[in-house]
Amino acid sequence: MPKVMSGNEAVAYGAYLAGVRVASGYPGTPSTEILENLVRYPGIATEWATNEKVGFDVAVGAAYAGARALVTMKHVGLNVAAESLFYSSYTGLTAGLVVVTADDPGMFSSQNEQDNRRYGQFAKVPVVEPSDSEEARRFTQEAFAISEQFDVPVLLRTTTRIAHSSSAVETVEGHPPRGRRDAPPSRRETPAWRSGDHAFPRDQQKYVMIPAYARMRHPVVEERLTRLAAYAETSGLNQVIPGDRELGIVTCGVAYQYAREVFPTASFLKLGLVYPLPAQLIRTFAAGVKRLIIVEELDPFLEEQIRLLGVEAEGKKFFSLTDEYTPDRLRNWAAQAGLAPVPEFPPVPGAALPGRPPMLCPGCGHRGVFYVLHKLKPVVMGDIGCYTLGAAPPLYAIHTCGCMGAGIGVAQGAERAGVKDKVVAVIGDSTFYHSGMAPLVNVLWNNSPVTTIILDNLVTAMTGHQVNPGSGATLQGEGLGMDLERMLRRMGFSLVDTVDPLDYETTLRVIKRHLETDAPTVVVARRPCALQTRFREAPYLIDPVACTSCGTCLKLGCVAVSKYGGTMSINQELCVGCGLCAAVCPQKAVKSSTGVAN
Amino acid sequence: MNRPEKIDFILAGVGGQGTILASDILTEAGYRSGYDVKKSEVHGMSQRGGSVESQVRWGSAVRSPLVEKGRADFLVGFEMLEAARWPAYLAPGGLALVNRYRIFPPAVNTGHADYPAEEEIDRRIAARARLVWWIDATGLAAGLGHPAAAGVVLLGALANYLPVADEVWQTVVQDLVPPRHVDLNRRAFAAGRALACPDGR
Ligand SMILES: Cc1ncc(C[n+]2csc(CCOP(=O)(O)OP(=O)(O)O)c2C)c(N)n1
Repeated sequence: MPKVMSGNEAVAYGAYLAGVRVASGYPGTPSTEILENLVRYPGIATEWATNEKVGFDVAVGAAYAGARALVTMKHVGLNVAAESLFYSSYTGLTAGLVVVTADDPGMFSSQNEQDNRRYGQFAKVPVVEPSDSEEARRFTQEAFAISEQFDVPVLLRTTTRIAHSSSAVETVEGHPPRGRRDAPPSRRETPAWRSGDHAFPRDQQKYVMIPAYARMRHPVVEERLTRLAAYAETSGLNQVIPGDRELGIVTCGVAYQYAREVFPTASFLKLGLVYPLPAQLIRTFAAGVKRLIIVEELDPFLEEQIRLLGVEAEGKKFFSLTDEYTPDRLRNWAAQAGLAPVPEFPPVPGAALPGRPPMLCPGCGHRGVFYVLHKLKPVVMGDIGCYTLGAAPPLYAIHTCGCMGAGIGVAQGAERAGVKDKVVAVIGDSTFYHSGMAPLVNVLWNNSPVTTIILDNLVTAMTGHQVNPGSGATLQGEGLGMDLERMLRRMGFSLVDTVDPLDYETTLRVIKRHLETDAPTVVVARRPCALQTRFREAPYLIDPVACTSCGTCLKLGCVAVSKYGGTMSINQELCVGCGLCAAVCPQKAVKSSTGVAN
Repeated sequence: MNRPEKIDFILAGVGGQGTILASDILTEAGYRSGYDVKKSEVHGMSQRGGSVESQVRWGSAVRSPLVEKGRADFLVGFEMLEAARWPAYLAPGGLALVNRYRIFPPAVNTGHADYPAEEEIDRRIAARARLVWWIDATGLAAGLGHPAAAGVVLLGALANYLPVADEVWQTVVQDLVPPRHVDLNRRAFAAGRALACPDGR
């Protein structure tokens, strides 16, 4: 019986049906739920890696060793893992390797909206792109087959709208999909195939990429691409849907679904294998229609290649290079191009509404650090995680944020440039294990007096509370954690302090001392994530007599604290009783509702 | 009840209000009633108290996971201000069910903006909707045991307009809600179902 699944659940199910044995990856919206689902299936070694490159190499090692392997990441994760994509393209594999790159057009939760289909062309590997959950399952299985048939890693490109949309998926008798209620099998029970009779293939010319051998591999890669292009001509991943000959549309991914609605009568060439392209199929399709339009989100990836074939086509002339497509946007552009009618609706009246941006949660430890930084005013180089919200009003306490792991190096560069500000780097625990250790060693090695604050909430909160090496457990909930302070001291830092960031006085004093120290130092601000632990104590209240409405508590940027109609108040449902507002109140007007003075 | 060929829903609320569970239930109920379905939602930043929205589509063959403006049959607002963002998606003559419940956004908390009045929100939505049904869902859910069941109260009310058998709703709630909350959510659904629709449905 078919089952309604998200794109990510369907990728996990497809990988299981394909007999995947080893799966790794690093959390990142919109890819995260793939491994969270896959871990529920038996016979698979499913793990979080410290970062995407490490995860990619784990998958490569497994695929070299003869086990089908999967690695998952968001689009920018493939930048981190790019080295591994390129060498594995040269080496090929023994068993199938599928790399999920989950792109984020519209940047729902990302710092850019790069189009990772280009990585396929760049690294000369095939790219497969589903347009709903059923295809996510089927194409994942196909991708393993292609990987083995052509001895090549295969990119499975999804986007947010595919990963996080749900639709019906065919299921296989005897291999039911697993869901939220199925507990992960213990790691000790997997992998079932570890029988010990399986030797690693010692094929140096294939797997050792020294120049002499790599030179032999490059022609293999080029010749493989030619064979893949020939395969694309007849692959079941590409599909012609005949329709009206006036308008032909070449499209892929979720844009296909929108285009079917906006152009219900047109002819379609829907590409599931989006790289390399089937030149002959495209020429034949183009010859059969009067006007050829290309509908694809983000870059003109298909369009550029199709034009290089000498085929006349229009696309980005009408359709945007930026932001996620929606059926509305597509219809409006199509109307401007004279390709579709636009329906008229009665207007909706009214002025702009106040927005509702995400904020640090009530009780979040990060707030304590950012309030102190807001007061002490060093320049703060940020990184990526929930704590990036420290950049938002009213704290404005982060001044750069580029990509994961960038903050510490950028801080060192600013310090070396001789700015008059004290220079601080803030980095989350997951980000620290991901890409913070090498730059921190660099700070120490070059003796740059940067203070690094590790915001340790013991979990990867931003992406939905995945474990990391500091959490004390693996994806299966087994294993042991890192001793962060011990590691920092062993690295060679002489000044390492740990604070509870909601202990305002201590945090202020310690960070001040570190800023005054002319040496590389580290503060570990440790407080378990309030959202994950559902931290809740008696809420706080404002004594209206003592309160002078000075607004200091509002500077914390907590949703529970408000100044409505001129008076300060604390929402008793939203307040979780962390007490930070009581600690910073100059009038001591904030009190616990239990009556105990703070 | 007659069976429309397609029904599109927009559910809008604030992170943490349970829009995802409600849209899961709605999607599954449509599927088990013989519709093709698609559901779309965005995870990520929205967990941190930001606006959240999900779209559910039922039809004979659903293609886009997103509803086009002017085509949604139902707008379900879990919070008043969030409901006010979506009327342009309603089809003329569509129906809005709005929880009479306010969560102030930061700009209102700090006094930099006003929370729009109920009449203003009603006027906006009524520019499209044939009816705006205001429901004290959070209050009802709190009375039943937990305000977080408000979303399922709204689903119960919505069920009065949908071609889905009661047993289907019951089994979907049973299958999707964590076991210890099933009883609460069943009662929440029944409470919504028992509300008198303003149009006599
Ligand atoms: C290369 C890359 N991989 C993954 C992500 C997705 N992502 C954003 S923040 C983050 C981790 C945040 O965890 P942590 O550093 O512990 O901070 P927290 O959110 O817990 O405050 C991840 C995985 C990303 N932005 N870039």
